[in-house]
Amino acid sequence: MKAPLSTGRSSLLAIYAAFVFAFIYLPIVVLVVYSFNRDGVGGFPPRHFTLDWYSQLFADSSIWDSVLNSLVVAGASIVLALTLGLLAALALDRASFPGKALFRRLVLLPLILPGIITGLSLLMFAKYADLPLSLWTVFLGHGTALISVATTELFAGLQKLDRAQEEASLDLGATPWQTFWRITLPNLKLSLIAAGLLIFTLSMDEIAVTFFLIGRDNTLPLEIWGRLRRGITPEINAVSTLIFAVSLGLIVSWYHLRSRSLGAQPGSYSNNLRTRRTS
Amino acid sequence: MYSRTYKSLVSIPPLLWVGVFLLLPYTLMFAHSLWAVRDGVMVHQWNWDNYKTLFSNPLYAEVLLRTMRIAGSVTVCSLLLGYPLAYYLAFQVGARKELQYQLVVVPLWVSYLVRGYAWKTILGSDGVLNGFLQYLHLTHEPVGFFLYSPFAVVLMLTHIYTPFVFLPIYAALEHIPRPLIEASQDLGASSWQTFWRVILPLSMPGLLAGATFAFVLSLGDFLAPLLVGGPSGTMIANVVQSLFGAAFDWPLGAAISVGILVITISLLFLSEFLEKQWAFK
Repeated sequence: MKAPLSTGRSSLLAIYAAFVFAFIYLPIVVLVVYSFNRDGVGGFPPRHFTLDWYSQLFADSSIWDSVLNSLVVAGASIVLALTLGLLAALALDRASFPGKALFRRLVLLPLILPGIITGLSLLMFAKYADLPLSLWTVFLGHGTALISVATTELFAGLQKLDRAQEEASLDLGATPWQTFWRITLPNLKLSLIAAGLLIFTLSMDEIAVTFFLIGRDNTLPLEIWGRLRRGITPEINAVSTLIFAVSLGLIVSWYHLRSRSLGAQPGSYSNNLRTRRTS
Repeated sequence: MYSRTYKSLVSIPPLLWVGVFLLLPYTLMFAHSLWAVRDGVMVHQWNWDNYKTLFSNPLYAEVLLRTMRIAGSVTVCSLLLGYPLAYYLAFQVGARKELQYQLVVVPLWVSYLVRGYAWKTILGSDGVLNGFLQYLHLTHEPVGFFLYSPFAVVLMLTHIYTPFVFLPIYAALEHIPRPLIEASQDLGASSWQTFWRVILPLSMPGLLAGATFAFVLSLGDFLAPLLVGGPSGTMIANVVQSLFGAAFDWPLGAAISVGILVITISLLFLSEFLEKQWAFK
């Protein structure tokens, strides 16, 4: 419906909304523009268009090593978080056990708590378990923290699932194992892909937990973080622009899949708000 | 319809994993807060001294207060930006609402580091903003106080959390039954009265949820102060970080972490309770 507002106020509101949009997007635009600026990350106006920073970036082997590390950690975290998240979602949906309410909250804690607390707790754990800090500990942190995301996503998927299909399968003589592989899992396919994309995006971007668990090999965000301390060049703008483009692509496909799997309306994002922690 | 075996098979692995890799580490954090460091070595002597230090040394209260001020400013600024935007999208936009909604939401998922870094290049003394001001001849020398100040931290975090605050408010506004608004108008309320007495109270749960998230997430942030805050923008989580690093006092750092954890969880419970109070019945 239209506005409980007079025309004058309504155009004022439209201008204000445009201002907020500008506030949200301006920094990103600046970042992208200056990645093509020959003379560095600052100054105004940007002069001398160049692709040099991109060619420098493509020749920068330590960046690409860190990208590879990030991909390995994200890939492994997807497998771990999806497996355990799927089981946890099934348990929350179908089983009852003592401490279920506590478990539900505990799984979600890494989403709600500041990353530093989860990161440090795992650091102490690693110390007492004699785990040397490495990409393994980073994977342990990401995988464990992101079980929360997988659980929320897959639990939502399970709630939409038609139990009658599973009942039919069991009645017709399929074993629970067959039913799981042939009915439950295929029905959850879209939720699984959507959760996987989300876990990938979050893991690729994670800093706060990673910060305390990293060993000698850097992930991409920590490699960038390290460089920020040594003085900045538009090469970082270039890599940020690429990260922006890739996350944009992933998020658009995530949203697309999620709408297909849940028939989501705008606003249903907010159910998932707890999912987005900046780390 | 599910057998006992099925139920145990699905519940035991995640329970074990979460028990070992989440519950145990969080418990370890609490245990550390009750230990001590003597002569540079951590000893497992149970005591409350770390908590006493926190309450007796005014330094910690000061940093916590500053952190709360920063988190509070971020919350207020995000609400001031996010609420009108949500109102605009919920009530004013006719065409292309879906697209505009997506435009607000997408940055939510774009790298925290990328957005923080963008502000660093804008606010620096030879940054884009200073270049722009000099280009317009508004200033003649670089202005130094944009970057490395609490202001920069508030700006960066507001930028990051505005879409966060927007989401639940927008959802709440969308769920207000439109006949209520029409009724208010038909019964002669001005648009201002309709806003204060119908729309705002009904959107309160969304507003509270958004505000809690912005506050809680800013409260525990240690990256923004490192990136754009400088010494005057140091927040409580930075103190924790240095206690775990150079200062090597894990027990005291753990005690502060437990403090942050307690504040965070109480705020979440409080907000959950208040949201229920305001919920549309």
